[in-house]
Amino acid sequence: MSHETKSSATPHTPVYAFVGNPNCGKSTLFNALTGLKQKVGNYPGVTVEKKIGETYSQHGHPIKIIDLPGAYSLAARSPDEAVLRDVLLGRREDTPQPDRIVCILDASNLERNLYLVHQILDLGRPVILALNMMDLAFKAGLEIRVARLEKELGIPVIPCEAANGKGLVELRQAMSRADLPLARHAWDIPAAIAPAVSELAASLHENDGKAPLSARAEALLLLTDQDTVRVTGSRPLHPRTAEIFHNWQKRWEGEGTDWAGTLVSSRYDAIGNLCGKIVERKANLGPSGSDRIDEVVTHPVWGWLVLAGIMTLVFLSIFTLAEYPMNLIDSCVAALGDWVKSAMPAGDLRNLITDGAIAGVGGVLVFLPQIMILFLFIGLLESTGYMARAAFIMDRLMSRVGLNGRSFIPLLSSYACAIPGIMATRTIEDHKDRLTTILIAPLMSCSARLPVYLLMISALVPGDRVPLLTKTLVMMFMYALGTFGAFGFAWLFKRTLLKGEPPLMIMELPPYRLPRVRDIAFHMVERAWMFLKNAGTVILAISIALWFLSAYPKAPDGASPAQQLEQSFAGRAGKALEPVIKPLGFDWQIGIGLITSFAAREVFVSTMSVVFNTEDAGENTVPLRQSLMKARWPDGRPLFTPLVCFTLMIFYVFAMQCMSTLVVVKRETNSWRWPAFQMAYMTSTAWVLAFIVYQGASLLGF
Amino acid sequence: MPALRKLSEITVGTKALVREFPKQGSAFLRLREMGLMPGTALTLIRTAPMGDPLEIKVRGYNLTLRKSEAEHILVEIQPAG
Repeated sequence: MSHETKSSATPHTPVYAFVGNPNCGKSTLFNALTGLKQKVGNYPGVTVEKKIGETYSQHGHPIKIIDLPGAYSLAARSPDEAVLRDVLLGRREDTPQPDRIVCILDASNLERNLYLVHQILDLGRPVILALNMMDLAFKAGLEIRVARLEKELGIPVIPCEAANGKGLVELRQAMSRADLPLARHAWDIPAAIAPAVSELAASLHENDGKAPLSARAEALLLLTDQDTVRVTGSRPLHPRTAEIFHNWQKRWEGEGTDWAGTLVSSRYDAIGNLCGKIVERKANLGPSGSDRIDEVVTHPVWGWLVLAGIMTLVFLSIFTLAEYPMNLIDSCVAALGDWVKSAMPAGDLRNLITDGAIAGVGGVLVFLPQIMILFLFIGLLESTGYMARAAFIMDRLMSRVGLNGRSFIPLLSSYACAIPGIMATRTIEDHKDRLTTILIAPLMSCSARLPVYLLMISALVPGDRVPLLTKTLVMMFMYALGTFGAFGFAWLFKRTLLKGEPPLMIMELPPYRLPRVRDIAFHMVERAWMFLKNAGTVILAISIALWFLSAYPKAPDGASPAQQLEQSFAGRAGKALEPVIKPLGFDWQIGIGLITSFAAREVFVSTMSVVFNTEDAGENTVPLRQSLMKARWPDGRPLFTPLVCFTLMIFYVFAMQCMSTLVVVKRETNSWRWPAFQMAYMTSTAWVLAFIVYQGASLLGF
Repeated sequence: MPALRKLSEITVGTKALVREFPKQGSAFLRLREMGLMPGTALTLIRTAPMGDPLEIKVRGYNLTLRKSEAEHILVEIQPAG
């Protein structure tokens, strides 16, 4: 991190952590304070976004802010919440332990927002409360006595409206204070569990080496989180501490004490007392705007129509709107390649630059429009609150295969392209649900399969014109096959490999809000940048390698492109592959197509035109179709029989023919194990199904 | 003692008080942390178009949960108004 050098000259840059529940406006506040001075990355080992920004105190001194993921509790239930807990407790070596904490609260929903605050005050660090969305609280008929809250807790409380830029100056002032008071955290741990907490805290301090202040907080965490290893930070409890805990558990079980419940209830009791003093409900205003919108949006009839309408819009936009920038990128890349070709003498280096590097960069950039458009919509849907409603409506359907409603949008976007779809799975909290969704997403027929389907359909029927009905029916069959396959595998994975806790749907439905264009734009650019930085480089390297495999070794001068390809490494691999794919009715020439289309499925079409010596006619499949019809096995049988075309389509429905997807899956799962598994299960399914179809139909005399 | 009903079986629009709440299970601990526990007042706002999950209003905000959890939560129906 290069910016460290400058700040290390100054004494010590204070580090603030921003924490709060999801939907409390934390990101808006963070963006407003730090502007473009943000670094976005990943916490190593988990796919949780790490955001660190810099701002200045009112005296011009730098302040570092860590924007921690939104969470409801320190007793972590998701990777996001685990990161929050571990950073606050100073367990992550990659992140400095924050000196001070700013808790952001949704003022219109104080009680639940204060639960996390209540846990955080246990940590014994200076805390500033930012009461956000004061305007919404006022509209909901709530009057909050800020001064009283400040007096009760003994810490600065700043009312703000981050969306309107109000309260930022005051917050910056509070953050600039040289000394911040510690909270008067008047909270009596319930008598039934108090002795246990002090005993555990003492042992955690003495035996597990926890700092005295955090030892008490960790002892309390132990009571609500049964996984002791997670609580103590990947180290098992010291045997003495574990023994104390175990003895208390046995005693409580004997007495019938519900220790976790008692602890949570006593926190909410304390919060209830506090809110009684500071919140005045002026009037019951009747159904809010959100309630009225939900009457329609989650209505048994209108709800489906709204969902279908919005999803059609999202889907069509990714499909069609992205096409213009994608074509622009293609033509720019082609123009750049032509320019290099005219400016450089012919030779290996020129080919490497034009056909390898420039084409490879184009192959990476071409994903950006789809990624940006999808994240534009996801940003809009999330920030308005509709995303939660879509999950609410779809949950029942998704639960049939063991997933929950949150998987719906990533899977739907995978029909356009699995890459943005897989990147969108970060909204799924449960780790196993997320992994299942990632594993099945590429089975949704993406737009790159379309050219392959279209070519095969044109070769499937006699004559140069394909009847529209045939085309539609075959297409629909392929889409349906992929979709049912995906849900079948989800069902299978959730029952075997990724078996876990019964799926939950405990989710907040936040009030509808106007989208924040600035926050959405930030998010879009972040995701695009992360894709380029993390996946783009690997994709580029693999595509150069694939180019090399089809360009070398060189054929003697005067050889046709088809002869060149035949004797290249890719051609030899295609021949080596023939025994494996012959039972599917494919020969080595198709084998070359299978290998080169690993770069991207649509490459199959251009490879076929090289293999069968056809001028590339772009969208027009007729010349290529005629060449395919003429292709023969050595013994004179036609190669592309209708059955082979059909089998090939089935193969493409299931086979993992996309290295870019594999690279992104590696990024999102943090290991090559899952992409390897994905490749294995998808391609072997493809082979087996193609085998059954081809051999079965051949036996039946087709 | 008024009769207790399962949260999964009350009608939409009903206001109720939570009376019995399971002690075990991470789902129920999470629901507690979200503010749902014995003594909490709630209103059943609606069910999803396919009947599951449920949407309840609790502590001033809207929360969803599936029927498979709701059937373990026993509530006492409060008179309307």
